[in-house]
Amino acid sequence: MLYFSRAKTLAIAAVCALGILLSLPNLTPRPGFLPSFFPWNQVHLGLDLRGGSYLLLQLDFSAVEKQDLNSLVDEVRQAMRGATLGYTELHADPGRNQVSLNLLNASDGPAAQAALQKLITYVQGSYNGPSLTLAVSGAAVSLTFPHLALVARESQAIDQSITIIQRRIDGSGVLNPSIARQGQDQIVVQLPGVSDPERIRALIGTTAHMTFQLVDTTAQPGNPVPPLGDEVLPMQDDPGQNVAVLSNVAVDGADLENAQASTDPQSGQWVVNFTLNSVGAREFADVTSANVGKPFAIILDGKVISAPVIREPITGGSGQISGSYTAQSATDLALLLRAGALPAPLSIVEEQSVGPELGADAIRAGALSLAVGFVLVLVFMATFYGLFGWFANIALVMNLFIMLAILSVMGATLTLPGMAGILLTLGMAVDANVLINERVREEVKAGRKPLAALEAGYKRAYGTIIDSNVTTLLAHVTLFIFGSPPVRGFAVTICVGILTTLFTATVLVRLITSRWYVSRRPAALPV
Amino acid sequence: MFMRPMFRFVPDGTKIRFMKGRFAGLIVSFILSTASIALFFKPGLNLGLDFRGGVVLQIQTPQKADFSVLRAALASAGLADAGLQSFGSGAGTGVLISLESRANAAETQTAISEVETALHQAAPGATILSTQAIGASVSQQLFSQGLEALGLSFVMILCYIWFRFEWQFAVGAVATLLLDTTKTIGFMVITRIPFDLVTIAAILTVIGYSTNDKVVVYDRMRENLRKYKSMPLRALIDQSINETLNRTLGTSGTVFLAALPLALFGGTALSGFAWIMLFGIVVGTSSSIFIAAPILLFLGEHRLRRGAAAVKVQK
Repeated sequence: MLYFSRAKTLAIAAVCALGILLSLPNLTPRPGFLPSFFPWNQVHLGLDLRGGSYLLLQLDFSAVEKQDLNSLVDEVRQAMRGATLGYTELHADPGRNQVSLNLLNASDGPAAQAALQKLITYVQGSYNGPSLTLAVSGAAVSLTFPHLALVARESQAIDQSITIIQRRIDGSGVLNPSIARQGQDQIVVQLPGVSDPERIRALIGTTAHMTFQLVDTTAQPGNPVPPLGDEVLPMQDDPGQNVAVLSNVAVDGADLENAQASTDPQSGQWVVNFTLNSVGAREFADVTSANVGKPFAIILDGKVISAPVIREPITGGSGQISGSYTAQSATDLALLLRAGALPAPLSIVEEQSVGPELGADAIRAGALSLAVGFVLVLVFMATFYGLFGWFANIALVMNLFIMLAILSVMGATLTLPGMAGILLTLGMAVDANVLINERVREEVKAGRKPLAALEAGYKRAYGTIIDSNVTTLLAHVTLFIFGSPPVRGFAVTICVGILTTLFTATVLVRLITSRWYVSRRPAALPV
Repeated sequence: MFMRPMFRFVPDGTKIRFMKGRFAGLIVSFILSTASIALFFKPGLNLGLDFRGGVVLQIQTPQKADFSVLRAALASAGLADAGLQSFGSGAGTGVLISLESRANAAETQTAISEVETALHQAAPGATILSTQAIGASVSQQLFSQGLEALGLSFVMILCYIWFRFEWQFAVGAVATLLLDTTKTIGFMVITRIPFDLVTIAAILTVIGYSTNDKVVVYDRMRENLRKYKSMPLRALIDQSINETLNRTLGTSGTVFLAALPLALFGGTALSGFAWIMLFGIVVGTSSSIFIAAPILLFLGEHRLRRGAAAVKVQK
C-alpha cells in the first residue's frame, strides 16, 4: 500500500503531466516554445455542435445494372453484325442479369461463341472482377453477369461517385468536406459550416450525364410511339413539349475537357462554354459537318436543354450551351460538367443540418451542465468523505484532463451525446473511490489499525471495481459497434472514461493517500 | 474544512430487513412492468425522427410566430400534413415544423424546398436553425440496429455475470434488467420523450449503471457466503444489502447529481436523455435491493446454501 517505487511514482506523475499537456490544445492556442514534433491535436466538434450538414446518400445501383445491360445489348448487336450471324429476340433480362438471344441458325453456335468471347475480353477490361459467363445451347445464347462481377461493379460505382462528389463539392467552395463510403451502397457526406445545403443537395442530386444527339426531323412530334431508333425526350424548360431525337449518341459528355460559365457578349445572358477533348472534338466535327442545317440536341439527364440548328461545321471542339440560366445555375452546370457524370443517380436518404446558432447554443448548454454537474459531484464527495473525498476530487479533475487528452490524440469527434457521456463518466468515476472509502471505513469499524485498514480496503475493493467497470464497458462497446455516428461519440467517451477512471480512481488516489499517510502517520483515519 | 465526512445516508449498523418486503417489491415491480408493457402497445412509444422517418425543421422567427399564418402558407404549398410546435423558452419565436415520411428521397427534398419557400413568404426574416430528414428505409435500418445493440448488450452482460458468478446471479441480474428496461419504456410512453438513437443510448447507459449496482451488491453477497458459512441465505442477503447501502446510495447520488443539470439545462437535445438517466438511476438502485436480491433468494435458497452442508458453495 505504502510502497511506491520511485520509477512507479514518476510514471504516474508523467501520465498526469502528459494528460494535462495533451488536453491543453483544447483550451489555448499553441505556444511558441513547444518543439514542433509535439502533437497539438484538438477534439473535433461534431456537426451537431459546430453547425453543418450530414447527408447520407444511397446509390441506385439498379440504374447502373440496367445501363450496363443495355450497353451490352448494343455491343452484342455489333459483334453479331460484325460476324454476320443472324439472330432474333436480342434482349436484356435485368432479373437474371443477362442478355440473351436466339440464333436463326443453330449451327452458328460455335461461330457466335467465338464472336462473343472476344466481346467478353473487351468488357472485362472496363472493371475489375470475374468475367461474364457465356452459355450457348442449341440456338439459345446468353451472357450473364456473375454475382461477384455485380459486387465489383457496385464497388466501382460507389468509388467513382465519391470521386465525382468530392470534385463537385470542392468546386462549390465548401471547406473541409468529408466524404466516405458506408456499407455496401451508401455514402456519408459531412459538410461543416453548411447549414442550408440546398445548393449542395442540387449538386449531388444531379447525375449530370450530358449527350449530344441529332433531332429526328422526320418524326411526328405528336405521335406517342417514337419511330424505331428514336427516343422522345421532354424539353427542360417546357416539360410539356417533347422532342424526338436519334437514340444513337453522337458525342458523349464524358469527352468534355472543360466547361466555364460566362455571359454571352451579344445577349448578355448567362451561358456555359465547353471544350471537348480530341476524341470528342473529332466526333463533333464529323457530326456537324454531315448535318449542316439540322437541329442538334444538347441533352442533360434525359432532358433536352436546347436543340440549336447547326449553321456550319464546328471543328474547333468548343461550343456553348444557352438557356435561361442565372449566374448561379450557369456556374453550377459548368461545375457539374467539369466534375463528370455520376455512374448512377444518388438519392439523399438522410439529412441533418444544424445552423451555427443552434450549435453554439448546444455547446453553451452542454458546458453549463458539465460545469454544474462537476461542481455538484465535487461538493458531494467532499461532504460525504472529507479528506478522502478531496483525494477523489483531485483524481476526478485529473480524469477530466486525461480523458480530454486521449480523445484529442485519437482525433475523436465530440458530439452532444458525447458531452453527456463525459458528464456521466465523471459521475460514475467516483464510484471506485466510494467503494474503496466504504471498504476502508468498514475495516476501521472492524477494529483494524489505519494502515491495515487502508491496505485491506484497497485490496478488497479492487475485485468489485473491476467487475462493475467491465460490465459497463461491455454495454458501451456493444453500443459503439452497433450505434450510429452521434451515438458512437457517446460510446467512445464512456469507454475512454472507464479506462481513465480505472487509472485515476485507483492508482492515482492510492499514490496520493500513501504520500499523505507517510507524511502524517495519523493515529486514526478521517472516515 | 471538509476534512471529515459531514453526513451519511444511513448510520453504521443499520439492519433493515429488506427481504421481508420481497413479495411486495416483486409484486409492485411486476405491476409496474406489466403496465409499462401495456402502455408500450397502447398508446405506444413516441417514435423519434430517427425511427419514424420524415422531416423536421427547427426555425426561428424574428417576432412571435403566428401559427395560423404559417399553417395557411404551408397548406397552400401543398403541405397540409405539416405539424407545428413551438420550442425553446421565451418569446415563442422558435417553431418546429414536422412532416410525415415521404415516399422517396426526391419527394422529401422537394418537400424541404417547399417548406423553405413557404416560410420565406409567411415569415420573412425567419432563419432555419436545423433540418433533419430521414427516409423510411434508413429509419428501418436504424431501428433494427438500435434494437440489436440493446439485445446484444443484454446477452453480453448475462455472459459476463455468468462467467464471474454462479448462474443464479446472472439470471437474477438479467431478469431485473428486463424489469428495469420495461419500466423505463413505460416512463418514456408517459412522458412522451421521443424514442430515438440517443434515448437508446440512455437506456443502455441505464442498463450498464443498473448492472454495475447489482454487481456490487452481489459481490458482497458472494463474499459473505464465504465468510458466514452457516448464516441462512435470507439473513445473509439482508446483511449484504445493509453493508453496501451507503455505497449504493453514494454512487447513485453522484450519478444523479451529474445527470440533474443535464436534465435542467441540457437543452431539448439532451434533456430527454437525462430524464431517462434520472429515472433509471432511481429504478436501478431500488431494483438492486427489492428485485435482484429476492430473485436470488428464490433461486438460491436450496442451491447456494443447503443448510450446513453448503460449505463448498463458492470457489
